[in-house]
Amino acid sequence: MYEIRLHSRGGQGGVTAAKLMALAAFRDGKYATAAPFYGAERRGAPIVSFIRIDDKPIKIYSQIHNPDLVVVLDPSILDLVNVFDGLKPDGKVLINAPEVPEKASGYNVYYVDLTGIALKINLIVAGNPILNTPVIGALAKMGLFSRESAIDAIKEMFSDERNHKAALMAYEELI
Amino acid sequence: MLTISTGNNAVAAAVKQANPAVVAAYPITPQTEIVEQIANFVTNGSLKSKYIPVESEHSAMAACIGASITGVRTFTATSSHGLLYMHEMVNWAAGARLPIVMANVNRALGPGWNVWAEHTDSLQARDTGWLQVYVATVQEAYDATLMAFRIAEDRRVYLPVMINLDGFSLSHITQQLEENEIGDFIPPLVLDHAIDTKNPAGYGCMTSSSDYFRIRYDIERSMRDSVGVIRETEEAFSKSFGRSYSWTEDYQTEDAEILILSMGTLGKEAEVAVDILREEGIKAGAMRVRWIRPFPNLNLGDRELVVIDRNYSFGFGGILAASVRAKTGRECYNVIAGIGGQEVTYMDIAGFVRNRRIGEESWFGVDA
Repeated sequence: MYEIRLHSRGGQGGVTAAKLMALAAFRDGKYATAAPFYGAERRGAPIVSFIRIDDKPIKIYSQIHNPDLVVVLDPSILDLVNVFDGLKPDGKVLINAPEVPEKASGYNVYYVDLTGIALKINLIVAGNPILNTPVIGALAKMGLFSRESAIDAIKEMFSDERNHKAALMAYEELI
Repeated sequence: MLTISTGNNAVAAAVKQANPAVVAAYPITPQTEIVEQIANFVTNGSLKSKYIPVESEHSAMAACIGASITGVRTFTATSSHGLLYMHEMVNWAAGARLPIVMANVNRALGPGWNVWAEHTDSLQARDTGWLQVYVATVQEAYDATLMAFRIAEDRRVYLPVMINLDGFSLSHITQQLEENEIGDFIPPLVLDHAIDTKNPAGYGCMTSSSDYFRIRYDIERSMRDSVGVIRETEEAFSKSFGRSYSWTEDYQTEDAEILILSMGTLGKEAEVAVDILREEGIKAGAMRVRWIRPFPNLNLGDRELVVIDRNYSFGFGGILAASVRAKTGRECYNVIAGIGGQEVTYMDIAGFVRNRRIGEESWFGVDA
């Protein structure tokens, strides 16, 4: 089983990103569970979602305490939350940032400027760059699911083609 | 159709297929998504139900009662304080022998204000005459909702059915879901005692002491008859759609020396605990109790019992443990865990089994 913890802020689309990850893995023929952790949510507050992917049905409903992968949609969360808490020794980190943030040094970090991609192709809703579809492209590049399943999942949930275009850009630009 | 869905949307998808004539509902966290989705179906024309947005849960159930007595299919959904607020009408629905189907998304009761999973809300309604089933996966939420209509509307039952799913830990998680074309799986509703405007009669009239008990006994007789109807329906469902259900979901129980009994999503987590315990040489098994009313005959043998209750009856104990003791005469180790969404992992559950003290009660996080 592969366990992912996703950190974002309320309103950034973290819950949808978790659903897209589950759908992409499902389209790959895997079992997946996406479980947003609901606290007293409000816009802008740090929130967390849990995603599990496995070859067999997933029976675990509790939170993920030792993730294989941590995804950070908003790097400013690094100042508020220890996103690396419980990360497995060989675990990976994916951060939405143009370079490796100082706080993340020493970890196995992948990074891509998802915000820059969204702004570049005007993937903006209510003044906010959309991060939840481009991040799926970056995760496909990391091997979480196939590129095809990632694009299929995005197309299934969003008709605006800028979404899967952004995902493909993130796929290419991931470092 | 294979897709992914939340627990809430799976219930709504099943309701769409059951095609009720009337849906009356009031939103409440964490149930809101169910009635929102049904309202979407009605708005986009894919569901022809009359959707009545009422001003309270009491009115939601009252509207379902008024519609159901005309002999049409009805549905509502609620949670926690909403269920408590409609409690008078919940009793009325069963007493009037109306096959209303309701989804209750299990949530703790305030104060303190808490929107997370706990079963004390629906278990407070266990003596109302409603059938109650507790589910643990998105697929099961869909399947149980479909079956609920067929069971409730069976002439041998004519009692309302409540489907219970854990707030957030099932209502808001995404898993895979297979939706089926249901064909004639749910036959058209024929309610023998429906209002007939050509032959006016009184409903819910004053009933004397010499007759009232007969009406109440008749509810119990139908509750007992529902045992066979549930079995038939689950068998028919398995035959049509290939997914099998029973009174309990049993995991590694055959050669088990210790059984973990629980309800809802904790029952799936307990299966993972069983795997861990067996690696340690502890022969554990998991039994997830699905139906609470009618309460099943549990095949427990002489095995040691660890009963997890995500609920509590103050001054008495965990309600599942109390039911098991009353029905089987067996003692158990009763752990109160998961109250108000308290985090309980499979490692914690394995710990309950290792540290079991048969005949005692513990509260996880306090003395367990």
